[in-house]
Amino acid sequence: MTIWHILLGRLTWSSLAFVRAWRDPTLSELIGAAAAAIAVGGAVVLFGLLTYLRAWRYLWSEWLTSLDHKRIGIMYMVFAGVMLARALIEAVVIRTQQAIAINNQGIVGPEHFAELFSTHGTIMVFFVGMPLLIGLMNYVMPLQIGSRDVAFPYLNSISLWLTIGGGIMMMASLVVGKFSTGGWSGYPPYTELAFNGGVGPDYWIWSVSLSSLGALMTGINFAVTIYKFRAPGMTWMRLPLFTWTSLCTSILMIFAVPPLTIATLMLAADRYLGMHFFTNDLGGNMMNFVNLFWLFGHPEVYILILPPFGVYSEVVSAYSSKELYGYTSLVIATMAIAILSFTVWLHHFFTMGQSAPINAFFGIATMLIGIPTGVKIYDWIWTMFWGEVRLNTAMLFSIGFMVTFVIGGMSGIILATPPVDYMVHNTLFLIAHFHNMLIPGMLYGVIAGYYYWFPKAFGFRLSEKWGRRTFFCFFVGFYLAFMPLYVMGLGGVARRSQELFDPTLRPWTIVAEIGALLLFTGLACIFIQLYVSIKQRHQTRVPVGDPWDARGLEWSMSAPPPEYNFAVIPQVSRRDAFYWRKKYDGAYRPADHYRDIELPKNSMCGILVGMGLTACFFGFVWHIWWLAFLGFAVAFGTAVVRSFNRDVNRVIPAAEVAAHDRRWLDRAAAARPIPRHLELTPENEGLAKWQG
Amino acid sequence: MAGVTEPELRHAGLNLSDDPREVREHVESDVFGFWVFLMSDAVMFACLFAVYATVRHATAGGPTAADEFKFHSAIWETGLLLTSSFTYGMVSISMKHTRGRLWIAAFIVVTFCVGAGFLKMEAHDFVTMFHDGATPERSGYFSCFFVLVGMHGFHVFSGLVWMILMGIQLAVFGPDERTKVNLIRLGLFWHFLDVIWVVIFSVVYLQGLIR
Repeated sequence: MTIWHILLGRLTWSSLAFVRAWRDPTLSELIGAAAAAIAVGGAVVLFGLLTYLRAWRYLWSEWLTSLDHKRIGIMYMVFAGVMLARALIEAVVIRTQQAIAINNQGIVGPEHFAELFSTHGTIMVFFVGMPLLIGLMNYVMPLQIGSRDVAFPYLNSISLWLTIGGGIMMMASLVVGKFSTGGWSGYPPYTELAFNGGVGPDYWIWSVSLSSLGALMTGINFAVTIYKFRAPGMTWMRLPLFTWTSLCTSILMIFAVPPLTIATLMLAADRYLGMHFFTNDLGGNMMNFVNLFWLFGHPEVYILILPPFGVYSEVVSAYSSKELYGYTSLVIATMAIAILSFTVWLHHFFTMGQSAPINAFFGIATMLIGIPTGVKIYDWIWTMFWGEVRLNTAMLFSIGFMVTFVIGGMSGIILATPPVDYMVHNTLFLIAHFHNMLIPGMLYGVIAGYYYWFPKAFGFRLSEKWGRRTFFCFFVGFYLAFMPLYVMGLGGVARRSQELFDPTLRPWTIVAEIGALLLFTGLACIFIQLYVSIKQRHQTRVPVGDPWDARGLEWSMSAPPPEYNFAVIPQVSRRDAFYWRKKYDGAYRPADHYRDIELPKNSMCGILVGMGLTACFFGFVWHIWWLAFLGFAVAFGTAVVRSFNRDVNRVIPAAEVAAHDRRWLDRAAAARPIPRHLELTPENEGLAKWQG
Repeated sequence: MAGVTEPELRHAGLNLSDDPREVREHVESDVFGFWVFLMSDAVMFACLFAVYATVRHATAGGPTAADEFKFHSAIWETGLLLTSSFTYGMVSISMKHTRGRLWIAAFIVVTFCVGAGFLKMEAHDFVTMFHDGATPERSGYFSCFFVLVGMHGFHVFSGLVWMILMGIQLAVFGPDERTKVNLIRLGLFWHFLDVIWVVIFSVVYLQGLIR
């Protein structure tokens, strides 16, 4: 036991991607080193830029330590955007590999390829999908229910920093050590010590643990917010649909995340303490892992899909200028999906040897989910029917979703049939299917919601031109990238293949490669759109706050909203509260009297707890025990110290609230009401003309 | 007469009737949030129990449950934990009748001692089993046994640490609103651990002792 071993654990020079590439300069290692260089370079450039702009103090005091749900939501989205860029680049590398490696080694070796698909999946699920949606829910849901914040703002900040900590671990795995080669689902016994002695599976275990801790706390936080913090009169059947889907997602997180925590904990017990939960010998049983994992994994799919369903409901209703068709049926369908999602986990492993009646039960349960989902699709179509539909970016994504998602649903029904599943299990057909669900079901929805709520959050609209380009890339790109995978999958090509051996596959892999590049171009368009929109913000300002003539409470305040959201907590008497207020001329009126508002003070405890636990888990990965202990001590100590702090709130005086509200009302009085067909023009200041 | 759903009646230990509406609502959601957390914790234990059920016979030729479990010590542990739940109930009652911080603190100390006694007995059991070769590395069965029962023990340990912190807060702040909310949460946590223990006693110990 040398001093270096105590200080650095398992870390050696050859853990560094750069050193590996120096010693063994193959193309595969060089690509790995380049990726590491991008991660390190990106961090260095970011630090340099922040220092040059002297933005550290501002960033720290206004953002990183903020407990405001709106800022936390935005930070979630920014974080997820960075992770999305990485995981999408990895997808392009994966597609490139399969396009080239037909009877040759291609550009990345087998181990490296396995790392790529493992990080791609892990990031996309835990560090893109969940943070994007949690960010959106964080921002929008409290505004929709007429609340000043979430129930536990401090917990919200901890959740954010745990999630970001997981992302930091993922990024660290690019530079030091190697990530797991066991896929995003990390099945043992392959990920056990006997077959995988390195740090890879440990990176997977601990980064996923950070994410799942964050998600669990977010679920509790949001559920309590929706149960207890609704404005007076905001009864259940008056909740906006996005809030309903947020509630279902929160409930799913509360119930579905613990099995994942247990599964990863047991795997860690096997790897660190020599236990035998999932090993091949001494009574271990890997099926326990598979069951626990998918007991989480299937509800997880609906954690990712339900909030976008809520987004589509809001977007379709707003841009059709119609009440949402079949509100009650949409609520019931959402709840039905949430409950059914716990009854289908076994369809992920039909082929693992259970009896035919069990497979039949889970196959039928799976197909049943098609019914409430179908109800939703029809409801959205009927909402558009005879509405004043404006085909802007958000609507294009919504319609693109409806068409594409139905196709994915059809292939899902095919897969839900156990005998058919035996044929295509673990082939590219499956890959095509779940990308066919998640890209329209999750990503399109987030983009639509981003376009729709962006003006509310920042006070100006996003560029429509670049939005359309984004849509073109993501829509066409999806079909080009994944339709060939259906074909190849039906032909029997196994998923996660580093090398293919049939030259007739080449046309399909090349089309898929073009699709992947187009999807990447789509992501570039999103970033360009943001840049262009910031440049043009003076022509697209909507300070009054209702640029789309929309219906929910979140549109009833200025854009961006004041930190306390509502000058006065609104009284709700009907569904679509803001619409009725506009109709009966009750919008843009001053309150009778304003009161002091109490808000949580900023706190650095969230970031300390999150980063402390991240350091602790990083220590676990590398067996650096002092770091693990220190990290835990920081996290625990911070939590304890914070519990002794009674001075956690600050008061905004009523006069300040009244003054701010009056300024906004004056702004609204001065603005020209804009009819819907002019809402994309510079005339739109966020005051919609009443058109019924 | 207010409905029974009024927060001050539901959380009787808080004596909130004189506080403004916002405070009562906040306290209500604080306690409710902890209930939701406990439900997710219950799901976690449910998963552990489910795995335990599948590995009941996975002893891999090593010691079995019937060889290792001592009935009298399981009974004593149960008695201790249930007693500590009762003494924690006295904490809540002291809060309700505003007996002052001394009574509250006294019952916390008693609960702490009984809870620590439980942990000591459990640790002793574990050490004996280790000596017999019934270690977590020996078989899938004992891996699961130690993780399941150990997880409960870890919860008890966390509860004890929490009691120390609450004792200090009581000394520093007296029974103010935050302290009372956290004492109520700690109570929920402590009683919840009792419920889990009852299941462990029935599913693990009683079932394990069947030869």
